[in-house]
Amino acid sequence: MARLHVMERTQAEAVMSDLHDALGRRLAARSLAPCPVEFTAALVNMCATQSCGKCTPCRIGLGVLSDLLEDVLSNRADELTLHHIEQAAETIYLSSDCAIGYEAGSMALAAIRGFRDDFEHHVRTGSCGFGQNDRVPCVAGCPANVDIPGYISLVEAGRFTDAVRLIRKDNPMPIVCGLVCEHPCEMHCRRGIVDDPLNILALKRYACEHMERDYRPKIADATGRRVAVVGGGPAGISCAYYLALMGHAVTIYEQRAHLGGMLRYGIPDYRLPRTELDAEIQWILDCGIDVKLNASVDGDGLRALRDEYDAVYLAIGAHLDKKLGLPGEDARGVESAVGMLRAIGDGELPDFSGERVMVVGGGNVAMDVARSSVRLGASKVMVAYRRRICDMTAQDAEIAGAQAEGCEILELNAPVRVECDADGRVAGLVVQPQIIGEPRWGRPAPRAAAAPERLVACDRIVVAIGQDIDSAPFEALGIPCSRGKVEAAEDGSIEGFDGLYAGGDCQSGPATVIRAINAGKVAAANIDRYLGFDHKVSLDVELPPVQFKGKRLCGRCELSEREAAERVGDFEMVEIGLTEEEAMQEASRCLRCDHFGFGAYRGGRTFQW
Amino acid sequence: MVKLTIDSREVEVAEHTTILDAARAAGIEIPTLCYLKDLNEVGACRVCVVEVEGIDQLVAACNNCVLDGMVVRTNSPKVRMARKVNVEFLLSRHDSECTSCVRSGNCSLQSLANDLGIPRLPYAKHLTHEHSGYSYPLIRNNDKCIGCLRCIQVCEKVQATGVWDLTSRAAHTAVNVAGGIPLPQTDCALCGQCVTHCPTGALRARDDTYRVFDALGDPDKVCVVQIAPAVRTAWGEAFGLAPEEATVERLGAAMRQLGFDYVFDTNFSADLTIMEEGSELLERLAHADEDGVRFPMFTSCCPGWVRFVKSHYPDMVDQVSTSKSPQQMFGAVVKTAFAERIGVEADRIFSVSIMPCIAKKAEAALPTMTGEGGAPDVDVALTVREAVRMVKASHLDVRGLPEDPLDDPLGYGTGAAVVFGATGGVMDAALRSAYFLATGENPDPDAFRDVRGLRGWKEATFDLGGTPLNVAVVHGLGNARDLIEALRSGEASYDFVEVMACPGGCVGGGGQPICDGVEPAGERGEVLWGLDAASEVRFSHENAHVAELYDAYLEHPLSDRAERLLHTDHHGWSMPIG
Repeated sequence: MARLHVMERTQAEAVMSDLHDALGRRLAARSLAPCPVEFTAALVNMCATQSCGKCTPCRIGLGVLSDLLEDVLSNRADELTLHHIEQAAETIYLSSDCAIGYEAGSMALAAIRGFRDDFEHHVRTGSCGFGQNDRVPCVAGCPANVDIPGYISLVEAGRFTDAVRLIRKDNPMPIVCGLVCEHPCEMHCRRGIVDDPLNILALKRYACEHMERDYRPKIADATGRRVAVVGGGPAGISCAYYLALMGHAVTIYEQRAHLGGMLRYGIPDYRLPRTELDAEIQWILDCGIDVKLNASVDGDGLRALRDEYDAVYLAIGAHLDKKLGLPGEDARGVESAVGMLRAIGDGELPDFSGERVMVVGGGNVAMDVARSSVRLGASKVMVAYRRRICDMTAQDAEIAGAQAEGCEILELNAPVRVECDADGRVAGLVVQPQIIGEPRWGRPAPRAAAAPERLVACDRIVVAIGQDIDSAPFEALGIPCSRGKVEAAEDGSIEGFDGLYAGGDCQSGPATVIRAINAGKVAAANIDRYLGFDHKVSLDVELPPVQFKGKRLCGRCELSEREAAERVGDFEMVEIGLTEEEAMQEASRCLRCDHFGFGAYRGGRTFQW
Repeated sequence: MVKLTIDSREVEVAEHTTILDAARAAGIEIPTLCYLKDLNEVGACRVCVVEVEGIDQLVAACNNCVLDGMVVRTNSPKVRMARKVNVEFLLSRHDSECTSCVRSGNCSLQSLANDLGIPRLPYAKHLTHEHSGYSYPLIRNNDKCIGCLRCIQVCEKVQATGVWDLTSRAAHTAVNVAGGIPLPQTDCALCGQCVTHCPTGALRARDDTYRVFDALGDPDKVCVVQIAPAVRTAWGEAFGLAPEEATVERLGAAMRQLGFDYVFDTNFSADLTIMEEGSELLERLAHADEDGVRFPMFTSCCPGWVRFVKSHYPDMVDQVSTSKSPQQMFGAVVKTAFAERIGVEADRIFSVSIMPCIAKKAEAALPTMTGEGGAPDVDVALTVREAVRMVKASHLDVRGLPEDPLDDPLGYGTGAAVVFGATGGVMDAALRSAYFLATGENPDPDAFRDVRGLRGWKEATFDLGGTPLNVAVVHGLGNARDLIEALRSGEASYDFVEVMACPGGCVGGGGQPICDGVEPAGERGEVLWGLDAASEVRFSHENAHVAELYDAYLEHPLSDRAERLLHTDHHGWSMPIG
């Protein structure tokens, strides 16, 4: 008998591991939005399988909990049942010996307390009150509800113009979104259950890049109604586009020299080339939209516009920079990300040659300024962030891109003060090393580590810790605001201000392009209704028939990138679009949830809105 | 065209044909439990799955199209296994007490399970015992439901009502009343389309046959039965009788065998309805300029429609004709004029109707449909299926029964009355008599044929002695909703509109015999139009018995007595009745 032996993985363990991976993918696809009670029951049963069986609460308690949950699901429960569920979960949490038990109890407790309304609905009506809206997962995941399976099928059929037309039914900016959308749709993609989610973003880009011809949308007869849009970012442009399609006369008032909002003044060229942005905006303006540039609108201005126009849409975005609030912040060489990107947006490229640049922040904007700094000639670019890299809110691809381009991320370093030289110029940033600790607001929070402050020498500091909304002039007018955000109803209307609508970042706080685009679309529909019309924006392309292909495993094609050494020298696009071979393979991976699954029953398509 | 191979047979069909239809075209039957063409192509039951060469998984034949060169096998070992196991899955959640099920012998699940040969169910049975109760005219027993979703779809898409929905989720998913409220509290029109589209016995009408048997066995009762127009197109289906054999006279003979003292025809009161409703229309037209007179006037003979308009468009209820439906006019006449004529106290009369309808059960029970003592004018409204069950329970040889005429004087109706059972029929009949009343001359009885046929929304303009009359006919409540929305938005405008809740009219009624997967309303309707064409008298105002009733009892249409007996206040009750 050997004293020790080498650990070998058994066949069963290998299968178990594969199944764990599959289960992980399934949960990650999030495309099912299950009944909270069903989910809790499944969760408890899953946890019970992991019990070693030693202790009472875990061995028996989880089974009892499962029975009680089944009572709720089978309409055998009353209020007392819910009490017993909570008591059982709490006991398992409080009295289990190890994490298998107490974490199971904790999750069950969070569920029964967090889903209380759903549990009670089951008990009261014998049915689930949790809406099953997830007809087609990707469409449900897209804030603008773009008909993704529809346009993927058109890409697969080689009909790229039709694909773009279909996208524009719900989103007038497919070129922009094909490049910079955060693509929440992909998180919901059911293909993720099989292998990997579809690369929806890349296929949208492919369609835009390969349109066989241009086309013009159909514009309804002129209504004689006039609408002013304040702010020429994605929300304003989207609203203007749909209102123009409906036959209304739209004028966009833009504070700056160019349209685009954060698309121009927030996202650098190497992610969204100006030529592409300009082309998209011009295509939209060609629907007959008037633009007044360098036209800042304050409270009085808004009042005047409301008097002059039949309706007004307020979409001023979030363009005020947030301050660090640290000593030395006013030193020369400290600037805001907003200011830096705004200058770049207007074509005024600063020269950082030979400078050591320190970026403060961990979001996409921080990555944008870091990577822009590299391109502006900085000799060294660092990013100070008080949490860990994995806690950053920037997209993974942006972080990896920055790192590949030589940006050094100083994680777990909280800025303390700006160190200045004798001339009052930045000499460095003093940081306090951090240790990650217990979570606050859902994320593990850092605290000062038992280590001394240190000075990181640098010549320039760019602060990228978020933006605020310049809502004060409108708040003074009496427009309801909460923590700087304009308060609008679900339909975009503002209480107490007839015919005034608001949306986009100024209402939601800094968010994504696609959410802003949807806000504009929602406002357009409701402004049209407010003006006494019921114009419909309809599907105007015929879709190819659906074919069941069965399960064929195939990995996901990713966008490639230009080599880091090459791309750091210019502001040209970093990502390279899919090849035809890749695009066709990728499109063929779509599972067509508009036709198979729940989409078949409830209809996988909104034909008009 | 697309060429493919199904079960080694070369098949050529048009593009976009489903595998299911392609197979049927080649004479190969693929079983389904949920599929209904254009209505429920959801691939839910997974019984129609077939094997397609090159694809590992099976493909639902009902909602996948054929492709050139496709090789399909409908009976491969994989298909056989999956089809059978899926049926076994369904059976494991199905109350298979077939002997006490109204659908036994006409149940798609039962026949499929029988075909597949499942002598022993290998799985444990789990039933939820969800049941809607026995007192409402419509009954849902979820232990019989196989989750085909047809009832949801027909109620929502065809009838624009949406009573049913999926409730709960995952393994506990069930079809039930949307929002979890009790069925009687919904705005259900009781059209019964969910019943006639249910493949099993999950949905059915309340059974009232025992009450009729009790009355037939009571020597003090004078039992009278009226048979609705559409009944004669369908009752024979359950006995394998062709339409020309399944006459109303043969059914009448069966009713006499059951013990009814008088066998009458609702056609009589259909003619009476035309006299009242036609006169009402002319009256409204004559006062068109007055306040409160709004057009169009809607027909009132369909109780499903009346329930619908009361639920969804209460502000338009005054536009519905006040004339009672033929069933209720008949009931009122039987317990008054007829009782007087035969010298019997009204409360000794037990008045039964055989209707292609479930809503008629609710209508007969309305507080406004009673005689002076408060007793209902129609004691029991039977569906055709119940009438068939009564005949079967009595083991009558219907084929051998004589075709004797129905009884006088209420057993006679004109050709104009018999078409009440088909969409456009009421309008057609009304126009024939309205023309006569307006001009003093009979029109060509086929002059108004534009209102016939199965188009969902028909419209026409007819000249009524110099006055143009704009009319429309809709059937199916979804079409009714579309028409009303068009009226409300100003896109349409009519003088007179006929609405039938059921697609095709009463011939497609929710109380008719059930033929799974088939929409028989068109064929049945043709039977009625044929009876009309063959009738000697084709004008309601020429029904001599109706004229005699006016002479002897009612005086004239819209007389005080006619108003009291033959008209109703639609505001006398509310929806839902629950």
